[in-house]
Amino acid sequence: MATVTFPKKSVAVNPLKQSQPLGAALAFLGLKGVMPLFHGSQGCTAFAKVMLVRHFREAIPLSTTAMTEVSTILGGEDNIEQAILTLMEKSKPEILGLCTTGLTETRGDDMEGILRNIRNRHPELYDLPIVFAATPDFKGALQDGFAAAIESIVKELPQPGEIKLDQINILASSAFTPGDLQEIKEIVSAFGLKPIVVPDLSASLDGHLDDSYSAVTGGGTTLAELRQMGSSVFTLALGESVRAAAESLQKQFGIPYEVFGQLTGLAAVDDFLQGLIDLSGNSVPEKYCHQRRQLQDAMLDTHFYFGRKRVSLALEPDLLWSISWFLRSMGTEIHAAVTTTKSPLLEQLPVESVTVGDLEDFEQLAVGSDLLIANSHAKAIAHRLDTPFYRLGFPIFDRLGNGQRCTVGYRGTTQLLFDLGNLFLEAEEAKKH
Amino acid sequence: MKITQGKINELLSEPGCEHNHHKHGQKKKSCQQQAQPGAAQGGCAFDGAAIALVPITDAAHLVHGPIACAGNSWGSRGSLSSDSHLYKMGFTTDLNENDIIFGGEKKLYKAILEVQQRYQPAAVFVYSTCVTALIGDDLNAVCEAAAQKTGIPVIPVNSPGFIGSKNLGNRVGGEALLEYVIGSAEPEYTTPYDINLIGEYNIAGELWGVLPLLEKVGIRVLAKITGDAKYNEVRYAHRAKLNVMICSKALINVARKMEECYGIPYIEESFYGVDDINRCLRNIAAKLGDAAMQARVEQLIAEETAALDVALAPYRARLKGKRVVLYTGGVKSWSIISAAKDLGMEVVATSTKKSTEEDKARIKELLGKDGIMLEKGNAQELLRTIAQTNADMLIAGGRNQYTALKARIPFLDINQERHHPYAGYVGMIEMARELDEALYSPVWAQVRKSAPWEEEVN
Repeated sequence: MATVTFPKKSVAVNPLKQSQPLGAALAFLGLKGVMPLFHGSQGCTAFAKVMLVRHFREAIPLSTTAMTEVSTILGGEDNIEQAILTLMEKSKPEILGLCTTGLTETRGDDMEGILRNIRNRHPELYDLPIVFAATPDFKGALQDGFAAAIESIVKELPQPGEIKLDQINILASSAFTPGDLQEIKEIVSAFGLKPIVVPDLSASLDGHLDDSYSAVTGGGTTLAELRQMGSSVFTLALGESVRAAAESLQKQFGIPYEVFGQLTGLAAVDDFLQGLIDLSGNSVPEKYCHQRRQLQDAMLDTHFYFGRKRVSLALEPDLLWSISWFLRSMGTEIHAAVTTTKSPLLEQLPVESVTVGDLEDFEQLAVGSDLLIANSHAKAIAHRLDTPFYRLGFPIFDRLGNGQRCTVGYRGTTQLLFDLGNLFLEAEEAKKH
Repeated sequence: MKITQGKINELLSEPGCEHNHHKHGQKKKSCQQQAQPGAAQGGCAFDGAAIALVPITDAAHLVHGPIACAGNSWGSRGSLSSDSHLYKMGFTTDLNENDIIFGGEKKLYKAILEVQQRYQPAAVFVYSTCVTALIGDDLNAVCEAAAQKTGIPVIPVNSPGFIGSKNLGNRVGGEALLEYVIGSAEPEYTTPYDINLIGEYNIAGELWGVLPLLEKVGIRVLAKITGDAKYNEVRYAHRAKLNVMICSKALINVARKMEECYGIPYIEESFYGVDDINRCLRNIAAKLGDAAMQARVEQLIAEETAALDVALAPYRARLKGKRVVLYTGGVKSWSIISAAKDLGMEVVATSTKKSTEEDKARIKELLGKDGIMLEKGNAQELLRTIAQTNADMLIAGGRNQYTALKARIPFLDINQERHHPYAGYVGMIEMARELDEALYSPVWAQVRKSAPWEEEVN
């Protein structure tokens, strides 16, 4: 349906996308006791850390191999080795999430060889799982790095075992917030299923107080859970970008999977719950039947404001897909769509054309819309275009509560309807006066 | 500007910086400390160069590199502008795999032209990054060609992250100004009272609390380097009579070399705390050597401090005796102590990680004999010190905000991400208000309280 365009220009102005290593770090942060480690110059880590801290308002574990000009030319083995040993001593991680950057990918460090050498030299590292993801800055975007880390996690850690009939894997793409994952876990558990969520950001970046200080993540998917993933009966892949990881689990352990690209909107949540009925053999808990009626009621109340409105979105592919189809289901037109990276979803978006570009493209395309949906960087655009603005995606640094915001399930959809509906309502009121 | 190892060594061993002064026959190496794998926390040289130059508001700042360098940092700097917002825009060549294989020079050239056409900047600063340095793109040649084609200044800033720390990057940024900008145009007129402010970035609008004071006593700020600066004013900077370095050794190379090339003396001052702002005004007036101005300064100080005493009285009563741990770098490690003392607070520990010998001497003097000087530290170390000293709060950079909050300890942000201006007399009131709010918020008792059905932990 949609044509995918790549603007021919040499300069990106007001970039929409973030780099792959940042995405990988975020995915790793959903594991318990993890220390993500960037193989690059110290700035790669510092910038990513600041972004994550500003968005989540949490202390973020993130470390660097601190490559210099000389070590780049000679190769990074010594730096990786020293970083791992230092972290073992100082932070005592249960898992190390290692990813490359533009610098070390350009140089072409042989990461697998390096890790093999380090392991040979240091038998004391035997018990430390090191998950490695190749994440060059000069390819893809946050969503790709996030997915690459998940793929590495499921290739490295799960072990085969006897099938547990009530245990399922949930692989979640970067489109889902800690609050979303909390809701999904509750829904799935309510059907009597035991979910292993990767990455379980709802236990690490949801924003909660722990009793003592920790240099690594205090919550998240545990190593024991990750090991047991091979025994699960099914994998729910949430977001198209984690399909490859689900496929990998199927190949390794014969675990079937299904991709759910959208968990926002009545029909999408219906499909998801029907899937859980089929998987568990249990019926839908009454609580969700009631939430469904609440959502239908909210749709009635809000539809006056959504119909024929024109909305422009600048989001990563998985999130763009989910929110676009949700908006269509409310009778809203997609006026413009800008995204960060390639995805098989783009051609099937309910819009004439989708641009893989930046916020300069977005500013030009979004003229004449009733609402903008994008990350905080689009605030200035909303101001210049004098258009209501809803913040979604990453980073959001001028709104509180990003860890707990939920836009999935019946309850999350209802809340999103109210939040967007209120923006439309406010704009209409403003016009009257 | 070519960035050779020789140039880097020169910047690292900057003679104006006390880090490089011999002491007991031993050379201090703080400036030359290398980042440690697995332990390093700070930003890179590119970050530092951007911090020093991005505050020039009517210039475009174009990052030649893959998306991480600009994509993860644009628009997030705390410098405010009174006019153009061009500096807040993120420009990058966003290199992809092909660019890296075939070289990024053509793309960079076109990018500069596109930026000039679409945004008409006063100048374009072009930053090289690790990847473009590694693939050997000739930044200087491209910038020169683009400058000829566009007719506007295009300044190469050779700042690949891997050459060193944020601090070195500041100086690399300064070198670019010295080589390409300062002295490249003449001001319409000069006065005997022209000064430059160096190393003040107008974070949270701090300058706006200070400039009115200078104006009141008849001091003209010719160039701000670089907070809320226009490109042109930086070009005029060589005509000032005095350079005033504010709260930072970051651009010491600029001050020292301007003394060398243009004979402009420099002084190092701070805008934080009553004593320091008073001293700053007095020193400027004394250096400019104008008796009438000195009299005006004394009168201003008398008025301002009297007014300030009244405004601060209620805060002083509430802040008196509160114990503070300070964790910040360089000049701030002593200037904030002096500000805290003005408010009657007691600084029980402070970091000296990035401080020079001179800074440390001042800290010792201000801290008293029981004060702890933290040579190095991480979050755990910091929490231990707070517990040990029975401190009431932590004053530090944003990076440590959640170290404190997660441990249920009041916190005040003092570094470049902060949202409140603390400079000058008005800044003191703002700081007192923020400290008071942090310390006396009713949330502390609540977040430390166990649930009624739980055993008391304490």
